[in-house]
Amino acid sequence: MRYLPHSETERAEMLGVIGAADIDALFSAVPKSALKSFDLGLPAHSPEFLVEAHVRALAAKNHAAGDGPFFVGAGAYRHHVPATVDHLIQRSEWLTAYTPYQPEISQGTLQMLFEFQTQVAKITGMDVANASLYDGSTGTAEAVLMAKRLTKKSKVVLSGGLHPHYRDVVKAYLKDDPDLVCLSPSPEGQGDILSQIDGNTAAIVVQTPDFYGHLRDLKAAADAAHAQGALLIVVITEVVSLGLLEAPGALGADIVVCEGQSIGNALNFGGPYLGLMATRKDFIRQMPGRLCGETVDADGNRGFVLTLSTREQHIRREKATSNICTNSGLCALAFSIHMSLLGEAGFTRLARLNHHNAVKLARMLGTVPGVELLNKSFFNEMTIRLPVPAAPVVEMLAQAGVLAGVPVSRLEPGYPDVENLIVLAATELTTHADIEMLAECLHAAIEEDAQ
Amino acid sequence: MSMNTQGRPTGIGTSGSTAASGSALIPDEPLLFEIGDTEHSGVDLPEVKIDGSFLDGFERKTKLDLAGLTEPEAMRHYVRLSRMNHSIDSGMYPLGSCTMKHNPRLNEKMARLPGFSDIHPLQPVSTVQGALELMNQLSHWLLTLTNTAAVALSPKAGAHGELLGMMAIKAAQEAAGQAHRTIVLVPESAHGTNPATAAFLGYTVKPVPAKADGTVDVEAVKAALSPEVAAIMLTNPNTCGLFEPQVIEIAKAVHDAGAFFYCDGANFNAIMGVVRPGDLGIDAMHINLHKTFSTPHGGGGPGAGPVVLSEALAPFAPVPFVRKGEKGLELVEHVEEHALGRVTAFHGQMGMYVRALTYMLSHGGDGLAQAAQDAVLNANYIKARLQHIFSVPFPDYPTMHEALFDDSFIKDAGVTTLDFAKAMIDEGFHPMTMYFPLVVHGAMLVEPTESESKQTLDRFCDVMVELATDAKAGNTARFTAAPAKAPRRRLDETRAARQPVLKWEKPADLPQAAE
Repeated sequence: MRYLPHSETERAEMLGVIGAADIDALFSAVPKSALKSFDLGLPAHSPEFLVEAHVRALAAKNHAAGDGPFFVGAGAYRHHVPATVDHLIQRSEWLTAYTPYQPEISQGTLQMLFEFQTQVAKITGMDVANASLYDGSTGTAEAVLMAKRLTKKSKVVLSGGLHPHYRDVVKAYLKDDPDLVCLSPSPEGQGDILSQIDGNTAAIVVQTPDFYGHLRDLKAAADAAHAQGALLIVVITEVVSLGLLEAPGALGADIVVCEGQSIGNALNFGGPYLGLMATRKDFIRQMPGRLCGETVDADGNRGFVLTLSTREQHIRREKATSNICTNSGLCALAFSIHMSLLGEAGFTRLARLNHHNAVKLARMLGTVPGVELLNKSFFNEMTIRLPVPAAPVVEMLAQAGVLAGVPVSRLEPGYPDVENLIVLAATELTTHADIEMLAECLHAAIEEDAQ
Repeated sequence: MSMNTQGRPTGIGTSGSTAASGSALIPDEPLLFEIGDTEHSGVDLPEVKIDGSFLDGFERKTKLDLAGLTEPEAMRHYVRLSRMNHSIDSGMYPLGSCTMKHNPRLNEKMARLPGFSDIHPLQPVSTVQGALELMNQLSHWLLTLTNTAAVALSPKAGAHGELLGMMAIKAAQEAAGQAHRTIVLVPESAHGTNPATAAFLGYTVKPVPAKADGTVDVEAVKAALSPEVAAIMLTNPNTCGLFEPQVIEIAKAVHDAGAFFYCDGANFNAIMGVVRPGDLGIDAMHINLHKTFSTPHGGGGPGAGPVVLSEALAPFAPVPFVRKGEKGLELVEHVEEHALGRVTAFHGQMGMYVRALTYMLSHGGDGLAQAAQDAVLNANYIKARLQHIFSVPFPDYPTMHEALFDDSFIKDAGVTTLDFAKAMIDEGFHPMTMYFPLVVHGAMLVEPTESESKQTLDRFCDVMVELATDAKAGNTARFTAAPAKAPRRRLDETRAARQPVLKWEKPADLPQAAE
């Protein structure tokens, strides 16, 4: 087996040094009834070219985003990732290193995390950021728990514009919490979250651009929350939007959680992704996840270490701020490399280009008879209402090679009102030809459906 | 300001003559904010006109102040930084309970096929049948290797899997009218995520003491069980590197008392293909694909922590899951009135599923069993070669995939476990796991994995013997001053925690004096 270095001779020699008669002697603590008491019935080891053929055949059954016009967003976005990013993250020293618990021989990872934390703090306009969480959805749940610890209050209100999966994850994490209020889906950008805030409210959770693409008024939300001693948690699933829209930190956000996938990371069918979390300086000690900090070594040279670990499970055990251990290190590296390639100039241009293409998409959709655009504001994503149920139309377009967006009913099956809605995104990769083809196919599908 | 060999400012300290100044092949590198600026960029994108008609006045007014690098600058920055890292590919990484094994590059190649990397989690299910088939195949391997009834693939890492497994147990207890069970038993030797997870769900953690031989006593478990106990969380093989010999009796006692058996699968590498956890009576176990099935650790993640479940817990598996339907495979994303719901957006770590399945297909059932046996062989070989000079706290059983030592062999030498570990760095080895498990004084937990050759193990053992001999001989300076040959000397962690500096600030923006 190509990954196992021992020859049979070496195995025998080693058993001799150990003083064991055979390998089974090393498993003597295993109850006899359980040791090798079965035939797995799994295939035997296989040469590399056969394994590759097997996996390639599975991949070939999927329609890749790059195979045709593509407008799917809803929390994961197809952006161009520079070739440099993927080359660098595959370097052995990045790819095959562990969590930097030995700082003297992990300065690469640690300095990168320090730079990453700085980048995240800058784009969100917050004081500090952690070294990443699993993804935006679990990060949102962690932020809610953090707000409850900070305020020692219990009520949490989730906006109707929050990504439905994020809402469901918060519900699972806060199971049976009678003080969790989830507002109904608000595809028109409506919402009465501000009227829900009372003296017992720990936090309100507002996504912007929201799940349906609308830009939300964070300043008003922050002011209303703070007036009652509640915190504002801002969720951003499309992090590119921060290149064009005001930083939540400048508008009064207390905790910002983003899905960072858009920068540096491929779609990957939903994972691995990258949770970003940033907050105010005063709240650091209640923030979950690893933190990297600057210090000096015995010679006085600048260096970096994991710090404030007394918040974490490996020190605090049952008193930890979270049970999180593994984070998204390599995805954070990809994000950080891509972000340093962009810089202020590139990040801003990228965001503007996304919005520019989305405006073209919106204008074109407005010309398709029967299609109604629900957004007055958006960044690169929007919601349309069809005169017919959306899911069959999206399926029909997929058969024609156009991936037209996400029928809202797929995520909100409990709400019949959303049956005719599609959420669509444009990015820098969307071409004029893609948009024209979408409009044509949509027009044809609606007509066909009407007949 | 001093310059390094690249003509870049080092921005570092005062002592320019040490290795840390960036001489020869030992790199040093300024922060990207000290190299780049807001005008530099490594991407070419067109400038477009925006009229603001859909922005509702929310345009950014504050400055980003984000440094950029051109492509050659970025390449050099990250390559130079990378060289300050130890990695499995550059040397042995014997971190106990972390399973730092070889990461085959075929896995990386397969995960990057556009058919996996360039598909969206919410595109129509009809367009991702190959992805669902891959998830089904991975599930089949995991279920077969564990002899369990169901698997939830979606958890993002081991601790996330633990959370899901314990959520399923909580839901099952509630469904059975047993919501009053509020205690979870956790052995003192457990990984910190176990008590943290139980506490996260509102359980009271009750520790279970270990026997003098390092294993859990079935009598102690029986004594701790009561009608208030919801579950036990047990790691097997345990964190002392021992297989729990009474695990079947423990499972029976736990079940007889109406509780569930959560098994921490962090150490599955010792037994994959050789022992099936389902045969031992477990109800739930997470499997770290980033340990056992070789998906790369990436400097701290991403991981993946699928959870296998017994018949009793299968109905409480979260969404989503894959099932066969009339038109091919279906993805079940909603279940009415479901006890648990979903623990992450989308469908989990697809990129890791591809790598893990590729690894499984490469090894086959026979290769996985051989890998587990080689991992155990390697750990026992290290123990056999070192036990004449290192102290072995639990000598009664053969060790499994990791060898545990305590610090009694250097007790009077003026050298701590930490000093010893730092001296290993100067000899080219990443230190073993230190001070864990907590039940052993000054613990040193060595996990070689199956990936190390006999030659490497011999060199490792030679170095360990030489270091131990030197420590005992009273040459303490070599240890207390270590490391000397790393990119940094020992770092001041106390200062980092007392005066946290968690991001870079422009020198001009820093407060000039005490605030």
